[in-house]
Amino acid sequence: MKAKLEEIRARVKEELSKADAIEKIEELRVKYAGKKGELTAILKQMGKLSPEERPVIGQMANEVRSYIEKEVEAKKAELVEAKLNKQLEEEKIDVTLPSDMSPLGHKHPLSVVLDEIKEIFVGMGFEIVEGPEVEYDYYNFEALNIPKDHPARDTQDTFYITDNIVLRTQTSPVQVRVMEKKKPPIRIISPGRVFRSDAVDATHSPLFHQIEGLVVDKDITFADLKGTLETFIKRLYGEDSVVRFRPHHFPFTEPSAEVDVQCFSCKGKGCRVCKNEGWIEILGCGMVHPKVLENCGIDPEEYSGFALGLGLERVAMRRYGVDDMRLFFENDTRFLSQF
Amino acid sequence: MNLSMKWLKEFVDVGNIAPRDFSEAMTMSGSKVELFEIEGGQIDNIIVGRVLDIQKHPDADKLVVCQVNVGDKNVQIVTAATNLKVGDYVPVCMDKSKLFDGTPIKKGKLRGVVSEGMFCSVAELGLTTHDFPYAIQDGIFVLQDDPDLTPVSGMEIKEAVGLTDTKVEFEITSNRPDCFSLIGLAREAAATFNKPLKLHTPEVKSTGKSSDGMLEVKVHEPELCPLYSARIIENVRVKPSPLWLRERLRAMGVRPINNIVDITNYVMLEYGQPMHAFDLRFIKDGKINVRLAQDGEEITTLDGIERKLSSKNLVIADAEKPVAIAGVMGGEYSGIMDDTTTIVFESANFMGSSVRLTAKEHGMRTDASSRYEKGLDPNACLPALDRACELVQLLDAGDVLDGVIMDDNSKSEPVRIKFNPEWINHFLNTSLTADEMKTILEKIECKIDGDDIVVPTFRPDLQHKADIAEEIARFYGYNVIPSTAIKGGAQGKYSTRQKFDMTITDTLIACGVSEIMTYSFISPKYYNKVMMPENHALRNSVVISNPLGEDTSIMRTTALPSMLEILAKNYNNRNEYAYLFEIAKEYIPTTPDKLPVEKNVLTAGFYGEGVDFYKVKGIAEQVLSRTGVKNFDIKADREQFGYHPGRCAVLTINGEALGVIGEIHPKVTENYGISTRVYCFSLNVDTMFEYAELEKHYTPLPKYPAVTRDLAVICADDIPVLELEKAIKEGAGKYLESVKLFDVYKGKPILPGMKSVAFNLVLRSAEGTLTDEQATSAVNKALKSLAKLGAELRS
Repeated sequence: MKAKLEEIRARVKEELSKADAIEKIEELRVKYAGKKGELTAILKQMGKLSPEERPVIGQMANEVRSYIEKEVEAKKAELVEAKLNKQLEEEKIDVTLPSDMSPLGHKHPLSVVLDEIKEIFVGMGFEIVEGPEVEYDYYNFEALNIPKDHPARDTQDTFYITDNIVLRTQTSPVQVRVMEKKKPPIRIISPGRVFRSDAVDATHSPLFHQIEGLVVDKDITFADLKGTLETFIKRLYGEDSVVRFRPHHFPFTEPSAEVDVQCFSCKGKGCRVCKNEGWIEILGCGMVHPKVLENCGIDPEEYSGFALGLGLERVAMRRYGVDDMRLFFENDTRFLSQF
Repeated sequence: MNLSMKWLKEFVDVGNIAPRDFSEAMTMSGSKVELFEIEGGQIDNIIVGRVLDIQKHPDADKLVVCQVNVGDKNVQIVTAATNLKVGDYVPVCMDKSKLFDGTPIKKGKLRGVVSEGMFCSVAELGLTTHDFPYAIQDGIFVLQDDPDLTPVSGMEIKEAVGLTDTKVEFEITSNRPDCFSLIGLAREAAATFNKPLKLHTPEVKSTGKSSDGMLEVKVHEPELCPLYSARIIENVRVKPSPLWLRERLRAMGVRPINNIVDITNYVMLEYGQPMHAFDLRFIKDGKINVRLAQDGEEITTLDGIERKLSSKNLVIADAEKPVAIAGVMGGEYSGIMDDTTTIVFESANFMGSSVRLTAKEHGMRTDASSRYEKGLDPNACLPALDRACELVQLLDAGDVLDGVIMDDNSKSEPVRIKFNPEWINHFLNTSLTADEMKTILEKIECKIDGDDIVVPTFRPDLQHKADIAEEIARFYGYNVIPSTAIKGGAQGKYSTRQKFDMTITDTLIACGVSEIMTYSFISPKYYNKVMMPENHALRNSVVISNPLGEDTSIMRTTALPSMLEILAKNYNNRNEYAYLFEIAKEYIPTTPDKLPVEKNVLTAGFYGEGVDFYKVKGIAEQVLSRTGVKNFDIKADREQFGYHPGRCAVLTINGEALGVIGEIHPKVTENYGISTRVYCFSLNVDTMFEYAELEKHYTPLPKYPAVTRDLAVICADDIPVLELEKAIKEGAGKYLESVKLFDVYKGKPILPGMKSVAFNLVLRSAEGTLTDEQATSAVNKALKSLAKLGAELRS
């Protein structure tokens, strides 16, 4: 019996090594270790053995059975693995073929830049307020300390609807509307379309966008104006931006300033980008004129504030190196898809 | 405003400050320098030479060979010029020299004879015969012809002709009329560089002859002309001005004409006070009346144009007729001529807004009007008038008569502002002492009188303590003032509506649609292009009274034409496809004296392969779904202008118009030159927002399995699928979770005019697994409801 068991083990080993399909291995297992298999047949003869031989042969038979089961499983795994590897090899593709992607839309570059600016101001505690584009002369001019015969009216080529209604030339009228409605503290920005009768060319458009900012509270100082705008500019253009404030004049602020950043290309030495000035003008600002506060029913003795205004197109043109403003309004998809 | 540095130095010792540093410092104290220009352009290596000998060229009739002394040596120059003689001093461009415009000059041979350079003309030095009236236009600049030039051989030409100035160009803001003058800028420079300002008081020598009785001045509108002053000059001798004066005018960008005209310009530049000169012969009866014109009165101005005046125009008239438009331009008839012997110098103050409106009305903005319109100081009239007369005496241009003829109604009371150093320090966040502030204020000629600051009359912009704070700040230094954060916290946020709009944008971008921005104004013709009916309410637009052109003359009541315009542009640029959207305003007029309603509308437009009605409808529905707009109704509509009558749907919500989706009418696409199908939709964002359900609520995930049933019905072809869907929803009851169309079939064996429509119903109960009976009952109820529409189960 012993010899028979040895012989079975040898045969299993031999046949397994030749097997090349999972089905055949299963057959093999049934043939030797199945209920009607050869091993089972041998075990059935155990009764004929002497009590001394029985445990020895029993143990040996169990060893052979576990040998068969182990080898069968191992061979099976080997074949499954080989089959999978073959499949994977067959499924090989050219990963450099172009992708199949459904295109996303693109935000207009002016919106991209505007969103960034809004984000910065919201982070500094500002709210966003909008106002009408077709506006009363009063809000666009008079309340902002620009009476009918003011020379500043000539420089702002205004589109008139009637004598008293204009297309707003600036977003500043929103200041007035906000101050009329809301008591300080006020911290707002107001982005939007503005209109001036400039003929279209690379740097002019009869329609463009401005962002107006306004802060009114007790004890707001010129230093607060400077600090807020420096923070804004550094967030927009980078922490290493160099900022300067230059006296200027706006009828609705006093003192007024224009804010320049040092030219990014030449670091102030003067180059083509900055027209040899070393500085690039970014925005206009100033302390809200006491008359404007008064016009809005805010007591200038109790409150003070500052206002700022910047042109969105100019920021976007500089940001992306766009040299012709018309591109923003032509909306060619080859242009839009770059942002 | 241009500034001659040489002239400036007469008033302030800015010494050897380099032009760049000067410009920088002036800019930072508030007088912005646009650019500075060193005179002489690129002139290099051009020197004065004296012609020693002129011989005919051996091989050319039209050339001569000159020997020229250029100081330490002699050079040979070949020239074609004909205006030279031996002994002339001329500009010699030496070998490797450069002309004004940078043209290089080299030694060369002309017809075999060596020329070591060339002679040049005034133009080649960047000058004109206005600058040098004794020179000729088309010939060599013969220097000693000008009595004011003293050329020496070997001298640099720039030195010899006085091209040694630096021009600085300032941007002057409208609140600083005083800075439209040399003295004004000199005052700013003195304060900026902390140097004394040296002002000159003009002195007119008495000639012993009085102008009494020669001229009478009467101001009829003292409000519009607070002060009018005049002096009379006899025996006028018109000739070119001396070089020093011509140089100064040139540096300030003013063309020299003759001594009288130059004097008026010189005084205007120096004092900022416009001057005018009349020929006394043409002042009828020796009477000057400053009055309003009568409607229809006429005057031919110095530019030769005949102008019809209106009763809003202030004029200088004689006994009969206007001789000048006040503060704008003189009349041709009474101007200075060759035979003029006696002139009237006018120095007057006119109200800025009146001059501005008159200049605007006649479309003639002049140097004078642009100064007047900003509001000038009446106190400048007399010094300027005296200065002009002083110059007449200095230039020997005539005999100044004694006496000023004047009508003065000006108020000379200066503005007083309370001096409040604590407030200023608080406002600016500075800590200057009162004395430090006083020093700054005194530099700009503000005087402290007790508690008050007395503002000089040439500074009409200083009216309030905030104006004083600005003066302190700009001379203390804007950039020296600290930068601080605003005290007190504040919560920044986007409003619900702003977030709503952002969701719309984000959704469209995720759907592959790109954002555009278009003009708010359009041409009324665009309404025809989109086939808007003649009597349509949207034809009534807000009209711009002074448009740039017809194309941008009205505010759009629909953004559809703008969208189609952009689609057409992309189509013409051969872009394969375009999916575009814009959230923009449509302007709906109300009453003429009220603002229009500005509707916020989302307009989207599409063309390209794979785009059809359902794709576009899908994008619109995505937007509505993402923004929480539910329960809207969609109906076919044949009446939407611009759209294909068979492929257009209108959306409504709660009976209100919400939007339109459809294919653009082929005639409209043709109007835009697009030869492919175009689809658009528009949604009223304000209405969307009104009905949007912004709050989201969690629905528990189902615990029990769903039962699905397919249902095919046959019905008339013209019943919209949406109606069938609604009928199923109404009928099936609470177990119906969803209903989804999966097939529409027309053709055999379905009868003509009928269609088969198949839906997939998902039924589910939250309480337990649905039984077969429960599901069947729901389907049967749905069928009953469908039957009302004439739809029957397909067997």
